[in-house]
Amino acid sequence: MLVMWRHISMAVTPATVADVPEVAERRGWLTVVGEFCRQRRLGAIGAAVVVINILVGLGANVIAPYDPLATDYGAMLARPSASHWLGTDAFGRDVLSRIVYGSRTAMLVGFACAFFGATLGTVIGVTSAYFAGKVDLLIQRLMDIFLAFPLIILALAVVAILGTGIGNVIMAITVPMIPRAALVARSSALAIREMPYVDAARAAGFRHRRIILRHMLPNVMAPYLIMLTAYLGQAILLEASLSFLGLGVAEPTPAWGLMLRGAAVQFAESAPWMAIFPGLAISLAVFAFNLFGDSLRDALDPRLRTQ
Amino acid sequence: MRRRLGLLIAILAATLAAPAGAQEKPRYGGELVFAVPSEPPSYDAHREETFGVIHPMAPHYNTLLRPDPTDKTATRIVGDLAESWTVSKDGRVYTLKLRRGVKFHDGSEMTSKDAKASYDKIIFPPPGVASDRKGEYLDVEAVQAPDPYTVVFRLKWPSGSFLMSLASPWNWIYKADILAKDMRWYEKNVMGTGPFVFVEHVKGSHWVGKKNPNYWDKGKPYLDGYRALFIRDSAAQVSAVRGERAHIQFRGFSPAERDTLVQALGPKIAVQESPWNCVILVALNHEKKPFDDKRFRRALTLALDRYQGAQALSKIAIVKEPAGVQVPGLPFATRPAELEKLAGYGHDINKSRAEAKRLLKEAGVPDGFSFTYKNRGVPMPYEPLGVWLIDQWRQIGLNVKQEVVEAAKYYAELRGGNFEAAADFQCGYIVEPDLDLYKFQSMDRSPANYSRYVDRTLDELYEKQGRAVDPEERKKHIREFERRLLDEEVHYIYTLQWHRIIPYNAKVQGWTITPSHYLNQQLDTVWLSE
Repeated sequence: MLVMWRHISMAVTPATVADVPEVAERRGWLTVVGEFCRQRRLGAIGAAVVVINILVGLGANVIAPYDPLATDYGAMLARPSASHWLGTDAFGRDVLSRIVYGSRTAMLVGFACAFFGATLGTVIGVTSAYFAGKVDLLIQRLMDIFLAFPLIILALAVVAILGTGIGNVIMAITVPMIPRAALVARSSALAIREMPYVDAARAAGFRHRRIILRHMLPNVMAPYLIMLTAYLGQAILLEASLSFLGLGVAEPTPAWGLMLRGAAVQFAESAPWMAIFPGLAISLAVFAFNLFGDSLRDALDPRLRTQ
Repeated sequence: MRRRLGLLIAILAATLAAPAGAQEKPRYGGELVFAVPSEPPSYDAHREETFGVIHPMAPHYNTLLRPDPTDKTATRIVGDLAESWTVSKDGRVYTLKLRRGVKFHDGSEMTSKDAKASYDKIIFPPPGVASDRKGEYLDVEAVQAPDPYTVVFRLKWPSGSFLMSLASPWNWIYKADILAKDMRWYEKNVMGTGPFVFVEHVKGSHWVGKKNPNYWDKGKPYLDGYRALFIRDSAAQVSAVRGERAHIQFRGFSPAERDTLVQALGPKIAVQESPWNCVILVALNHEKKPFDDKRFRRALTLALDRYQGAQALSKIAIVKEPAGVQVPGLPFATRPAELEKLAGYGHDINKSRAEAKRLLKEAGVPDGFSFTYKNRGVPMPYEPLGVWLIDQWRQIGLNVKQEVVEAAKYYAELRGGNFEAAADFQCGYIVEPDLDLYKFQSMDRSPANYSRYVDRTLDELYEKQGRAVDPEERKKHIREFERRLLDEEVHYIYTLQWHRIIPYNAKVQGWTITPSHYLNQQLDTVWLSE
């Protein structure tokens, strides 16, 4: 996991004003999407799976064949059949319905963590780069402290302090993402800081807040978007890991990681569908987000574009 | 279907095979290896409360009395260091005659001085010395040692449970001279009279004991020694038994784990099962609204379909049957016909739930009312029971969220009253109403009353049953206590009785399951068939 983070960090540095895809705006988004799909097929497949996941999450109450909380003690551990396509769990709950509703939990946690993590990290990173000097030194050392802990360990520590539940899990996953995003955003912002228009803004007497928000932040959009997509997959995986360890979302809320623990482990040999299908859902979603994120990075990173 | 039938036959065969060996002639030699899912926080059983102390260490010690190691109910008391005892007519003086020639592992003789010093430490601990169960001996006025082989317990009032208290597996007899020098010596050292001598303890790894050649019970123990392996993860425990790296794990396995072992090892596995003197309770915080309203509390218990729940959950968790305040099948247990009269124990669940909805309406609790159930962060059986409870309450229109609280924080939440409804448990080391019902007294009497109520009628009933020497009279008071606790006031909700399942290597002989995982751990009667 650490390797992946380093990979992302290196790949998105540093984008400059010239790299911002203004051309895309002029060409219209449909053209850009079409071009993206033609040039980066794997990325497009990833994007399609992501969209499907989002739609499944949003329309779970229409798509799911059963209430995900409804127990049926007469159909405990039933193997996949016409009435239960993916079988039932130890309480007779329909596995397919729980996976469908579970995508809602995964998307909620994924998007919330990626958005807050990437956004707060970018704001901190850009601010740090803009002020430089002691402020930069102080913020970076603080970020270094957080970066010294592996992502999952820091998330576990936050959950141990705050407790379980969706809100706390979002917080637990967001906190370790912030310093990583800050590091990436800072490296991009350091180049922007030296741009003449930033000097001009300073000379014109604009406030720091205006310079950061209106002149610097928009110019780190490329790495920001890449981080956002990369963090989505990571957040889903982390949420599943925490739930699997019993530190994330609590039963009976449908969540993929939660479906892999408890009875799924006990009955791994006699009822393997309880673990296989939620495991596949996690793998597919994370793989799709990573494919999409990688392709997006390739499309937005000028160095890779010219290769 | 055919596979399930095969498994059922295999489990039946393993269960029937289990006691057969007990009648064979014991074989000497061999090392018993067993897994322990916990580890001793200290070596002093007088202050500890985990089986992590009992399982690896009980073979080093003796108690004055003990439950008969061949009795599955663990209610028949036999002598351990005491060879006989008498009770005065007024039921207030217990005189125990000790065995002669019993030696500590250092070669010194055990006398009544040691028994008195040990019980004084348990009942009247000096400041700075912790005694976990001193509250259970409030009826003891004095412990006396009139001669080297006689111990006398003088009680303030007659007690129906005192003999059982003397058979407590925690009350190891320590050496008086050592206690006189340092009351806390036993927290870090071992010196008993038991069938096995201490060899080594490697923290996080194992505990080893070897045969005591000078054991007072001639011919015992049969084993050359034993090795306790500290393995916390249940999958690893199953692997250890499956791979024959451990013969047994004495606490218990889940039904799925039993099935896995029976399927994998066939005739090499024997299984013993028993009702377990443990139950998960729901503590209802009387200081929070609407839990202060007994109509609401009654609705919560009426919503539970215990019979269907027992049938379903017994397949996936270590629970089996609905029960009252005593282990089913034992002398003070509630008969099914009586049990059915209690709220939430009726067989007509539709009628019960209709009544529950009516009570909720009457109490002004709206449909979809939401509250949080705080569950203990221990997977088995708390997790499946939590899911079941939430589902049952959903059937009467309540929207219950679950919050899983880690072990370290769990007791702080319970003791601080920082919950609405929470998982609680009652796990007795011996089946005895005094011990099993103690926690339900008013909160100013019982610090373990997490429902936070004061009910003097219940306190009075507790005292009455404890002082009743006639078993029939005592039974009557226990039923009244039960009715008030679970039906009239619904201070607590009883869920389902735990069920103890021990699948073990068929080579292990001479061990009998009991309703408590704290009992029968001296290993003096255990032997290996090959």
